[in-house]
Amino acid sequence: MIITIALRELRTMFLSPLAWTVLAVVQIVLAWTFFTQMDYFFALQKELATMQNAPGVTDLVAAPLLEVASIVLLMVTPLLTMRLISEERRNGTLSLLLSAPLSMTEIVLGKYLGIVLFLLIFVLMIALMPLSLLMGTELDLGKLAAGVLGLSLLLCSFAASGLLLSSLTTNPVIAAISSFGLLLLLWIVGRNGGDSGDAFSYLSILDHYVPMLRGIIDTADVAYFILFIATFLLLTIRQMDAQRLQS
Amino acid sequence: MSDKPLIAVNNLVRYYGNTCAVDNISFELRAGDILGFLGPNGAGKSTTMQMLSGNLAPNAGEIRIDGVDLFDRPGAAKAALGYLPETPPLYKEMSVDEYLVYCAKLHRIGRRDIGDAVALAKSRCGLESSGRRLIGNLSKGYQQRVGIAQAIVHSPRVIILDEPTVGLDPIQIREIRELMVELGRTHGIILSTHILPEIEAVCNRVQIIHEGRLVYSAGLDELLSRQLSGEYELTLASPPPLDSLGAMKGFEHVEALGDNDFIVHTSIDAQTLARRAVENGWGLSRLTPHERTLEQIFVDLTLGDKTGRAPLKTEIP
Repeated sequence: MIITIALRELRTMFLSPLAWTVLAVVQIVLAWTFFTQMDYFFALQKELATMQNAPGVTDLVAAPLLEVASIVLLMVTPLLTMRLISEERRNGTLSLLLSAPLSMTEIVLGKYLGIVLFLLIFVLMIALMPLSLLMGTELDLGKLAAGVLGLSLLLCSFAASGLLLSSLTTNPVIAAISSFGLLLLLWIVGRNGGDSGDAFSYLSILDHYVPMLRGIIDTADVAYFILFIATFLLLTIRQMDAQRLQS
Repeated sequence: MSDKPLIAVNNLVRYYGNTCAVDNISFELRAGDILGFLGPNGAGKSTTMQMLSGNLAPNAGEIRIDGVDLFDRPGAAKAALGYLPETPPLYKEMSVDEYLVYCAKLHRIGRRDIGDAVALAKSRCGLESSGRRLIGNLSKGYQQRVGIAQAIVHSPRVIILDEPTVGLDPIQIREIRELMVELGRTHGIILSTHILPEIEAVCNRVQIIHEGRLVYSAGLDELLSRQLSGEYELTLASPPPLDSLGAMKGFEHVEALGDNDFIVHTSIDAQTLARRAVENGWGLSRLTPHERTLEQIFVDLTLGDKTGRAPLKTEIP
């Protein structure tokens, strides 16, 4: 049942020009980043040849690409998640799901899985760029895999928070702005100049993402993302149940 | 008709903030019933419907659908339910076929039966030739049909329709009414509307809700029998003065509608009344039983307190 809802969600996204536009724009921006990083790598090649333990193409091209991708998608994901629930509420289509024999958990997870599948298409498209280098050189595939896992977890977290904020309002624009604000705040909250051990730094999404780009998968970071996703999904389910009493 | 009611509602209460939208409503729906739910705007019709369909949670009370409590086992209860809200829940970017298949899947119809279920729902709602069209491109009337098809695609035992004929042309309205009568033979239907003739044409029971309370509940046959209640409309070419007419033996009360038209409340039957009119040379040109229509009952009940007239005696089981 979750999959039925998810697949409809995914189909709907591709039926609207929004998904195609977003895919295209993100791809163009990241392709340009990829291109300039390649250029940078070639320029540095002479110096790299003389260095010991020199950073490879994975560090100089793939990691920066994934970092830029995370910032671009921080801005784009709220636009994709904004209509998930708010628009259905506004158009009155939510009552189709609510009067069908489905639990609130199934509805929320179905919606979530739909957007996650879409975001994984992004991850795949982005990962293809560094992977294309395999034709001419060797990559540190382990490091790349860690980075791709990091980006996937990051996007799943973005989607979960966007879903909650979409369930709080009937206006998609408000949902988009508030989830963008929330993500941006969580992004910059670690950069307060203090030591990295404090609570703010633990809350920061960025501090849990960047190590993965360096190939370090810390269970604390993975746990952070999983807790983040679970918290926002649970809050969404609670929120949707509560709205049956309030609205 | 089975003994077990399809819907049993007990003491349902719903507040919006401090406003009480639905105040202690109880009723039952049995198989073969088409229950008309009537009320002015804002009376609590849609709220009640939304609670029955699980879209809103009540503040107090109990709803059983086909014997299953809606709050203890919502999945099982909702499986027996088809619901068309005021605005049909249509995904405009999907085609009619895709949409109905999706609805069938949501209601857990087996993969093999989906094709038949969708085809049946489409033929019942006259959508055979629109299967591949996008819902967004359909006219309002056809969108309404898709909404009804969505509510019946899984052959639920209970169908709840909130103003199903809004926006339809007269021919479509007739078709939808025929469909409701047909569905009503095997399913229980709750129909909310403020189109009174629709209730008279389709329903066999009627409930009037006003300011959140159930103020009238009766079978339609009961209503029709009550229409012949000793009131007659008379048109007289040369009527006597109103006073002397009122003083006639057996006349309880006479109202003058115009110079020649009167309503007589009387205990004597039509035959005697006609003979007396002829004997007295009143020039009787018309004698009809004065019908208390649903519309009058509705107006009496919902405006009764404002115009100072006492509301009708109500019969709430």
